[in-house]
Amino acid sequence: MRPVLIALVCGLVFALGLGLSGMVNPARVLGFLDLTGDWEPNLMFVLGGAVGVYALGARHVLAWPRPWDGLTFQLPSRRSLDHRLLLGAAMFGAGWGLSGLCPGPALVDLAGGGADIWLFVAAMLGGMALFSAFNRVMPAR
Amino acid sequence: MQLLPLLAALAGGLLIGAAALGLLALSGRVAGVSGIVGGLIPPRRGDIDWRLAYLAGLLLGGVLLHLAYGLPTSIPGSRITLIVSGLLVGFGTRLGNGCTSGHGVCGLGRGSPRSFAAVLTFMAVAFITVFVSRHILGGAP
Repeated sequence: MRPVLIALVCGLVFALGLGLSGMVNPARVLGFLDLTGDWEPNLMFVLGGAVGVYALGARHVLAWPRPWDGLTFQLPSRRSLDHRLLLGAAMFGAGWGLSGLCPGPALVDLAGGGADIWLFVAAMLGGMALFSAFNRVMPAR
Repeated sequence: MQLLPLLAALAGGLLIGAAALGLLALSGRVAGVSGIVGGLIPPRRGDIDWRLAYLAGLLLGGVLLHLAYGLPTSIPGSRITLIVSGLLVGFGTRLGNGCTSGHGVCGLGRGSPRSFAAVLTFMAVAFITVFVSRHILGGAP
C-alpha cells in the first residue's frame, strides 16, 4: 500500500506545482517558446525553481543507502548519447511547440474536461503505443 | 512583465521540484511523467499500481485546480495539428526516454549528460517550431 500512497501524493503535489506555476496553461508555455514574439520568461523561473530544489535535495538523498520505501534507487543507467535520445527529444520538441502541451500538464488539464485536451492526450497515448510497437520490431541495443 | 506571475512560477517550480524529490527519496524513482505513463503501455505485471496511483494523483490535482481556478479547455489551432502534436509528444518522449519532467527536472537536477542533451534538443526544436508556425506560416495565434 505504501508505494501507492507515496505515488498518489507525489503526483498530486506535482500537479499542484504545475497549476501554480502556470505550466498547465499552454498559452503561457507558447509565450515562453515564442522568443521573437512577446516573450514570457515564466518558464525559466519554473524550471529554475524545480531543478534547484531537486539538485540540492538529490545530492543528499542519493547518498542514502536506499530510498525510504524501497531497496534501491531506480535511476537510468545509460550514459552515452545516441540517435534515439536526440531524435526522440527533437520529435517531442516539435510536438510541444505545436500545442504548448507536454505530458504532465496535458494529463492535469484533463480535469478541465476540454475536448481539445482529451484529443491531445488520446493522440499522445496513441504515440506511446506506436512506440511500443516500434520498439518490439527495433529494440534499443 | 508582472512580478506576481513570476513569483507564482517560481513557487510552482519549487513545488514541482519538491514533489519529484519526494518520489526519489521515498520510492527511489524518477518522476518522469512520460516514463511513468508509458510504462503502462503495455502494462507489466507487478509494475502497475504505483504508476496508476501517480496518474490518479495528477488527475486529482487537476480536479482541485479546476475547482479552484479553472483549467484551460481549448487549444488554439486545428484538430489535425493537435493530433500530430500529441502523436509526436507520445512517440518522441518514449523514444527519447523522457519529457520536461524526467529530463528537464530530474535529469538536469542529477546532472545527467543525456538529459542536458535532450533538454537542449527539445527546447531548440520547440523554439524553432513556434517561430515557424507563428511568424512564418502565421497559423497559430
